[in-house]
Amino acid sequence: MNDDVIYAWIRSSAAMLKLPLDPAWLPAIQAHVEVTFRLAKLIDEFPLPDEAEPAPVYEI
Amino acid sequence: MAEWTFANGHEIAAAVSRGETSAQAVVESALATIQTRDQVLNAFTDVTAERALARARSLDAARAAGKALGPLAGVPFAVKNLFEVEGLATRAGSKINRELAPAQHDSPLIEKMEAQGAVLVGALNMGEYAYDFTGENVHDGPSRNPHDVTRMTGGSSGGSGGAVAGGLVPIALGSDTNGSIRVPSSLCGIFGLKPTYGRLSRARSFPFVVSFDHLGPFARCTRDLALSYDAMQGFDAEDAGSVDRPVEPSLSNLSRGLEGLRIAVAGGYFRKQAYPEALQAVDRVAKALNVSREVEFPEVERARAAAYVITTTEGAALHIDRLRARASDFDPAVRDRLIAGAMIPASLVVKAQKFRRWYRDQVVALFKDVDAIIAPSTPCTAPVIGQQTFTLDGVTLPVRPNLGIYTQPISFIGLPVVAVPVPLKPLPIGVQIITAPWKEDIALRIAQSLEEQGVVSAPRPPLN
Repeated sequence: MNDDVIYAWIRSSAAMLKLPLDPAWLPAIQAHVEVTFRLAKLIDEFPLPDEAEPAPVYEI
Repeated sequence: MAEWTFANGHEIAAAVSRGETSAQAVVESALATIQTRDQVLNAFTDVTAERALARARSLDAARAAGKALGPLAGVPFAVKNLFEVEGLATRAGSKINRELAPAQHDSPLIEKMEAQGAVLVGALNMGEYAYDFTGENVHDGPSRNPHDVTRMTGGSSGGSGGAVAGGLVPIALGSDTNGSIRVPSSLCGIFGLKPTYGRLSRARSFPFVVSFDHLGPFARCTRDLALSYDAMQGFDAEDAGSVDRPVEPSLSNLSRGLEGLRIAVAGGYFRKQAYPEALQAVDRVAKALNVSREVEFPEVERARAAAYVITTTEGAALHIDRLRARASDFDPAVRDRLIAGAMIPASLVVKAQKFRRWYRDQVVALFKDVDAIIAPSTPCTAPVIGQQTFTLDGVTLPVRPNLGIYTQPISFIGLPVVAVPVPLKPLPIGVQIITAPWKEDIALRIAQSLEEQGVVSAPRPPLN
């Protein structure tokens, strides 16, 4: 992802969620968004059956 | 006044119960130690001296009246400041929450500890809203590691780690969402227990990520972990995650030894990204346990990734109103991570939760063949306070989120862990003893055996 795409995502998300966004915070937020999407990709690409259920209230 | 600093909790309780000292003398000693030593360690944010002395006097009066005292009689303890303590605002390491009205009641775990004779002496420093592995706090200052006060305690239960390692209290309580008991236990060289998810009540504590939040004890010996763990067990309908199981005391099995236990070392992911001392500690423990077998957790890198995604998004959901209203009052390092978390699509979070169930089934299956798995607690010993990056396997990474690379994939599915301290020089480091769900007693047995062999211990720090 290039910086323009990420900045556009961050600015749009902040507007939709009514979150404040100081320009000084942008580099750190960009870094966190990038890391999270990179890690989420590991999950996104992992095949699970349609029947796989999430564990929102977890019982072990 | 007798000097009780660095006495273990069970030693104090025995002395108080036998009348060799009074609870009041022990508590006065602890309060005096806190007053002097905490000026450097910065572990405490609140000292509840008046309450503690009143409680101690009532214990002494009960003994004088011939009443039996509990197994924690006169033992001073303190709690991470996300536990509700009657009369204190539950700040959870934040600037914002300290404006809340004082709590009306203690958390149930405090009540249970006190019901067994323990004496609450205060509340402890922590990373803001528990989103932290360092023990640093921009509002209250950093918790300082008693073994080298220029170094981190680890977090987010930093004050809990520093207070126990520094001899201010023998037992502290903390929380562990991704490693916040096990990381400070490792960096401070003490014992910590993260029980099975749902074992100990989280009621009346400030949450972080309810999918992963656990509470548990820190101590300087295994026996004190077992004593406090046993005191705190029990179902609590006030906590939606609490599981209705019978109390399963661990203390009576503590000295049963290792006979019949099948133990393995975690390979693969858990042998990578470590500094030599982390692997040296694991190998020393494995040798003492006569373990040569290695097992691999399946897809553990994805498990850590899923834990990361769920943490940042659930954390964002918890705090989004505060972010909208008072973003500038957050620790910037916490604020920026939470704002980023709010921007992650729900489809990825749901996939992470689906993966969690799959991973749980795979890992629980490992325990058909083994009773316990040994793994490092942290990739390194305590970094210097303020250190932003470290190099793991040649890659420079931020310290704050990566101190928990070995703890995060375990709490992700709620397995119980005892973190044991290996007293390496110049700094200690921890090892995780991981067991199947609800088998805390086995992890504690192994810890006790290692302690009896002298392989693990909480080293006494230099006191300058």
